Amino acid sequence: MPERTVAWKPRSENKVLGTYVDRIDGVEKATGRAKYSTDINPAGTLFAKLLVSPHAYAKIKSLDVEPASHIPGVRSAYIFPGREPGGQILFEGHPIVAIAADTPAQADDGIKAIKIEYEVLDHFVSETDLAAAYERGRAKPQKTAQEGDVGAAIADADGTVTGFYGIHTITHMCLEPHGSHCQWPAEGELLAHLSTQNVSGTPNQFAQPLGIDAAKVTVSCDYIGGGFGSKFSADEWGVACAALSRQTGHPVRLHLDRATEMKIGGVRPSGFLDVTIACDADGKITAWDGHHWGTSGPDGGTINQVPYVIIPKNRRVRTTGIVTNCGPSRAWRAPNHPQACALTDTVIDDLAAEMEMDPYDMFLANLDLVGSDANEKDVYRRGIYAAEMEVAAKLMDWKGKWKGRGKWTEGNELHGLGMALHTWGGRAGGGKCTVRIRPDGTVEAMSGTQDLGTGTRTAIAITLAETFGIPVTAVKVNIGTSKYPACGGSGGSTTIGGVTGPHRRAGLEALWKIFDLVAAKFKVDAGTLTAVDGQVLSGDKKVCSWPDAARLVGPMGLEVSGEGPKDDGLTNDQVAGVQMAHVAVDPETGITRMVKYVAVQDIGTIINRKAAESQILGAMIMCIAYALSEERIMDDVSGRFINANLKDYKLPRIGDIGELVVELYEPDSEYSRGVVGLGEPPVISGGAAISNAVANALGKRIPVLPLTPKRVLDTLSIA
Amino acid sequence: MQDKSQPSRGRPSFNRRDFLKGSGAAVAATAALDAQREAQAAEEKTVSGSTKLTLNVNGKDHEVTVEPRTTLLEVLRYQLNLTGAKDLQDVAVDGADTVMIDGKATYAGTVLALQAKGKQIRTVESLAAGDKLDPVVTCFVKHDAMQCGYCTPGFVVATRAFLDKHPHATLEEIRAGLGGNICRCGTYDGITKCSLELAQKGGA
Ligand code: FES
Repeated sequence: MPERTVAWKPRSENKVLGTYVDRIDGVEKATGRAKYSTDINPAGTLFAKLLVSPHAYAKIKSLDVEPASHIPGVRSAYIFPGREPGGQILFEGHPIVAIAADTPAQADDGIKAIKIEYEVLDHFVSETDLAAAYERGRAKPQKTAQEGDVGAAIADADGTVTGFYGIHTITHMCLEPHGSHCQWPAEGELLAHLSTQNVSGTPNQFAQPLGIDAAKVTVSCDYIGGGFGSKFSADEWGVACAALSRQTGHPVRLHLDRATEMKIGGVRPSGFLDVTIACDADGKITAWDGHHWGTSGPDGGTINQVPYVIIPKNRRVRTTGIVTNCGPSRAWRAPNHPQACALTDTVIDDLAAEMEMDPYDMFLANLDLVGSDANEKDVYRRGIYAAEMEVAAKLMDWKGKWKGRGKWTEGNELHGLGMALHTWGGRAGGGKCTVRIRPDGTVEAMSGTQDLGTGTRTAIAITLAETFGIPVTAVKVNIGTSKYPACGGSGGSTTIGGVTGPHRRAGLEALWKIFDLVAAKFKVDAGTLTAVDGQVLSGDKKVCSWPDAARLVGPMGLEVSGEGPKDDGLTNDQVAGVQMAHVAVDPETGITRMVKYVAVQDIGTIINRKAAESQILGAMIMCIAYALSEERIMDDVSGRFINANLKDYKLPRIGDIGELVVELYEPDSEYSRGVVGLGEPPVISGGAAISNAVANALGKRIPVLPLTPKRVLDTLSIA
Repeated sequence: MQDKSQPSRGRPSFNRRDFLKGSGAAVAATAALDAQREAQAAEEKTVSGSTKLTLNVNGKDHEVTVEPRTTLLEVLRYQLNLTGAKDLQDVAVDGADTVMIDGKATYAGTVLALQAKGKQIRTVESLAAGDKLDPVVTCFVKHDAMQCGYCTPGFVVATRAFLDKHPHATLEEIRAGLGGNICRCGTYDGITKCSLELAQKGGA
């Protein structure tokens, strides 16, 4: 028997893996043929709408849904559990009743007809005001963690900066709102087309509250219109949709309206920080003494991992969560990291300015503080940062362009540079798959995963095409239903490793079986066989075509299962990453223009270069959004999210992004690491990099993100 | 084409007592109207009237049933099953619902179906006939100008309409001209490259 090990091919032997491959579902997406949960349209589908609370904190005094029954077209009402009279409202947008009707407008009429009275309670929605939170009893007990001797290190320091920093709450703003289309194809059997990043994990979330077996629930999601961490759950409105469908005997669709989507569909929590940082005369950071706070909504959580990446040896970290009546947070692409980075790398940048150092040099001087000395991967990462900084600096011409703070004017614009560092785990998620080889040589794959936008189908097709030496188009990829072998949710950059590992393992096992059959039939040594370009070769001699080889498995074909992750080197975790921004600020209007923005990213083994670059570009644009414009604005008086619409909640448009430069850091040492997830890392350090660039341009720091024109003008107006 | 969204009428599916009762448990908390009740309600309070209308979509006439308040987007999506144009549940800001009306890029959610009478409506579905794809579609795929893809059909239509008008557009014109659409996943770079490539070829 030949010795066989699971691995990726040697890098130079890859034909498609790591190249630029068009996504195999690209035409579906670009032509509107791709069906999202909102697009499921069987005859007789009803429309459901929600009555949600206009108050942030209240008790329901009375609720009368009967008047809705007089509205033409209204079919059915559903009262959310816990929202009967006496029930508590903890945030604006809390769902109370769902109404299903023949048309959307009739459902709206039904909602308007409901009679409800609230006892309005004293809400608290202030995220920044820690003193007010203490006064109102809304602050959770402070947690403190301490290392070394902070007091002595600050006393001995050659330079210190003390300041306030912050980053506001943002929403996920998935363009396809949360929701589902539900129908009951047979008694007791639910088919839910759910907009979800968790196809395999959601059937039970329907089954339990509906009182049916999870085996009787199929969750289907061929395409999802954005999730970013907010769509792991069936959600109580998903259950409402299924219940309305069961009761009316009709299919029902229920998707959140935009305002409700923004209020309850998930947010990334805020973070604010009072800090003193210290360094010696060489710019070596010696101490961090910080207190950070923020809110995740009614449960009063706050962010962690501050300080971030660069961890001073002497440090005191105090953390306070605030209980608010703001909409609850959900995991948002790289949970904690963008905030932690924005609250750390801005402080380091200010310390560099205080020491009249180029921040590039200060970051470089402190790379020995990355992670911990005891962690091998942290130590490895220090070298990656140094190498990536060098690459990024070249692409940006950092050393050529760098001037101190407030020293670079061109025309009537103020220019500046900023940089920041990030890290992410990105370990492969759990998953299973089935790979089927048909006697004609075509290959089919099945797994209960989903395509969040990463290009999951294409990654699977590339993996199998490379394994069998066939074109990407010869692989039929089936995903997006809970009927297939279970896979983990798509979150935390776990998907590409999570699907390529199992498919490679299953593919190799199938290939080896076929090689054994070929070896027996053609009297060659199985250990010499490879599958390349539609042929099976022994050394460089053709033995047979791929279909001839596949035919040997017999009329039933061959079916192999794969699973992962395993410790066989196909996947890995931990990446670094560097981003640098060049901005121009108009001091008259306060508008910040992105001139050039560079991202250098290590990602281990690359599956699809085109999709990888897209991921990074998309993440950079999201960074521009939260750095410059997007912000949830809560009104203290009414307790309401006052810019909960796409017009007032500002996202960048196509003209707002400037020149984007992506560089994959990929020496052979990266290829041999195995696949590491890429979704999160590039969305982390852009906020801090852009804030640092604006501070460099203006000559002073705007303490909180986003850097709206108003904040720019306010900061400039302070002498 | 028949209105697919009209549920069959008169289905005795609900007991009025359930409707009034409400309940915390998902299992028991729903209720529906019976046909008689519904007819009676319609007599008591006329919220709306519906009327038949012919719309020309992608070169074909379709008879649809609308209320005065029904938008073109609702008709396209739920009566004609042309779901390429998306409804972001917001008004007139995002462009995911972009269609062409007499050649002009228009948000279908801002147009009442009645207003679209007598006009030539083109949706994203018209840009692909089997394997024959509009160059904008092919070029979007080439530049990977999509991630989740939800904004993509609207962007494809906006790009088609823009290039029809400005076949030799410059980078600055593209940046201004496609500013009516939002993408959350951040696919603007690919869309820009795609539009620029097509503009360099005369709009293809
Ligand atoms: S591709 Fe997801 S919103 Fe544009």
